[in-house]
Amino acid sequence: MSAGIPVAEGLASRRIIDSKTEAKIRLQGVGKTFQLRPEPGKSGEGKEFVAVQDITIDVREGEFLVLVGPSGCGKSTLLDLLAGLSRPTCGQILLDGKPIRGPGQDRGIVFQQYALFPWRTALQNIEFGLEAKGIPAKQRREVALHHLELVGLSQFAHRHPHELSGGMKQRVAIARSLAFDPEVLLMDEPFAALDAQSRENLQEELLKIWRKTGKTIVFITHGIDEAVFLGERVAVMTSRPGRIKAVVPIPEELHSACGDVRSRPDFGAVRHEIWTLLRDEVFAIPEGTPPARPITADNPRIIDSQEIVPHVR
Amino acid sequence: MSVEVESILAVESVGLLVHGPRIAAQISAPPARREGRDLGSELPVRLKVATFSVLRRCGAIAAFFAVWEIAPRLGLVERSLVPPFSEVATAWFRMLFSGELLVHLAASLVRSVGGFALAAAVAIPLGLAIGWSRVLSESLSPLLELFRNTAALALLPVFTLLLGIGEASKIALVTFACVWPILLNTISGVRNADPLLVKSARTMGVEGLALFRKVILPSSLPSIFVGLRISAAVSVLALVAAEMIGAKAGLGYLVQYAQFSFMVPEMFAGILTIALVGVLLNAIFAGLERRVTRWKPTTDRTI
Repeated sequence: MSAGIPVAEGLASRRIIDSKTEAKIRLQGVGKTFQLRPEPGKSGEGKEFVAVQDITIDVREGEFLVLVGPSGCGKSTLLDLLAGLSRPTCGQILLDGKPIRGPGQDRGIVFQQYALFPWRTALQNIEFGLEAKGIPAKQRREVALHHLELVGLSQFAHRHPHELSGGMKQRVAIARSLAFDPEVLLMDEPFAALDAQSRENLQEELLKIWRKTGKTIVFITHGIDEAVFLGERVAVMTSRPGRIKAVVPIPEELHSACGDVRSRPDFGAVRHEIWTLLRDEVFAIPEGTPPARPITADNPRIIDSQEIVPHVR
Repeated sequence: MSVEVESILAVESVGLLVHGPRIAAQISAPPARREGRDLGSELPVRLKVATFSVLRRCGAIAAFFAVWEIAPRLGLVERSLVPPFSEVATAWFRMLFSGELLVHLAASLVRSVGGFALAAAVAIPLGLAIGWSRVLSESLSPLLELFRNTAALALLPVFTLLLGIGEASKIALVTFACVWPILLNTISGVRNADPLLVKSARTMGVEGLALFRKVILPSSLPSIFVGLRISAAVSVLALVAAEMIGAKAGLGYLVQYAQFSFMVPEMFAGILTIALVGVLLNAIFAGLERRVTRWKPTTDRTI
């Protein structure tokens, strides 16, 4: 396993060993509980809020795993844990067999709201992570330009984020996360804020980049279509507390097929399977809360309405 | 009085109607022939818009000076108390060429720029530290709140007692008055740094001082500049007040002295100079701000 191999050794050799022997990321009984503030008028400690509970899953080296779940299923909590921004209350998260102790450049994160530094140009944004790594300026520029090309934005190197469209910003963010060469890419609903056209384009490009770079990707979304289109496996989460309800493998033919994958019957079948798993979660009524509103086009927050409405009819 | 204003505005707008399109037509004619119809029909419109915007911006000022010129001449205000604008302008140029104005201007600028620079040197680092450190913020906030609500001018006697009647007490007063806008805006700039950007930087392994330098500082820069601009205006206000109370040179002294000697045009000339200094300082900082925060989406920066 990788623990015995010095980090200085090339990535490639480590990958070969890992893929045969051990999971890249291993979540073992991971739970996260938050202490809520006491209710007004009541003394003592507030209630505990269980965000995620007993999450156990392995992510293989180079795998594309999608986590799909309704709002409030603790997806973002899980991402913070993976990023090392917070510690699990119980259980442990192993990366290459070693527990995650904090944020680090072995994991790159892409946020829904891009999180680009507005005072830096596209190129300078991509260089940010490389600066932290201590790479000399000239080499930084080369690596950044290469990654800008990878996402097809070479012409926009010197634009500031406010001069770019949403889709372009997210491309820059992806390039930035790839540039410092992390082993794992964590993506938190990265395409949720984009229009349908840009979203589809970026999904396809992400798959290309994934095949090209062989990165391990953990992709969080609430869109079923997106999950089926991108993932090798789709982990369906329950809401409040977030648990993994089922892991649905996506047939390989769907990824190797060309053309309009989404209109294939097997695509529809997998999608329906996940939809059924999710529907129970969306309609599950947590204790002490008002009944959930039915899913309609004007209540898209529970689940991407576009993806659900046709089935409800 | 109000009839006056209206009629002057009417004259202004008639002038615009007569000259505006004609000038536009003259300038736009050659490109219209060269570039074809599309641009030809577009250009005069754009020029008209530009002309209108210039007139809109300068119109009010022009009207104000026109009223100032005409009202005393018509006897609507006492001419010996409010001389026509042209007399004030004449006095201003006379004082400029005799060198008198420059002496006072230089004395004032040394004090206000000195006090302002000192305030920035103190307030920006302090504000960054207070915004960053919760402990520092909690322990210093009550004291700062007390100081902030102490009228700067009320402290002039204290500064005079401590530092004498020379330059030091005036510079100290300007510094005191200028510290607060810079300090408060710097603190709020640091506190309002986007948490998502901080999070994003942390996930890339940037922590501590590097995080501060690369994320917190640039994101609080626009707010710091707001503080600097407010303080630039405050520096002139505080200075003039200080100079009116006790000084041997400076624009505030000039205004006060001219009034005592009943040199009314000179007094207004002094006041105008003070206003010009304020406008100039603001323009300098607005320009600097634009340079430094060029990455921001364009917003209205006329104020």
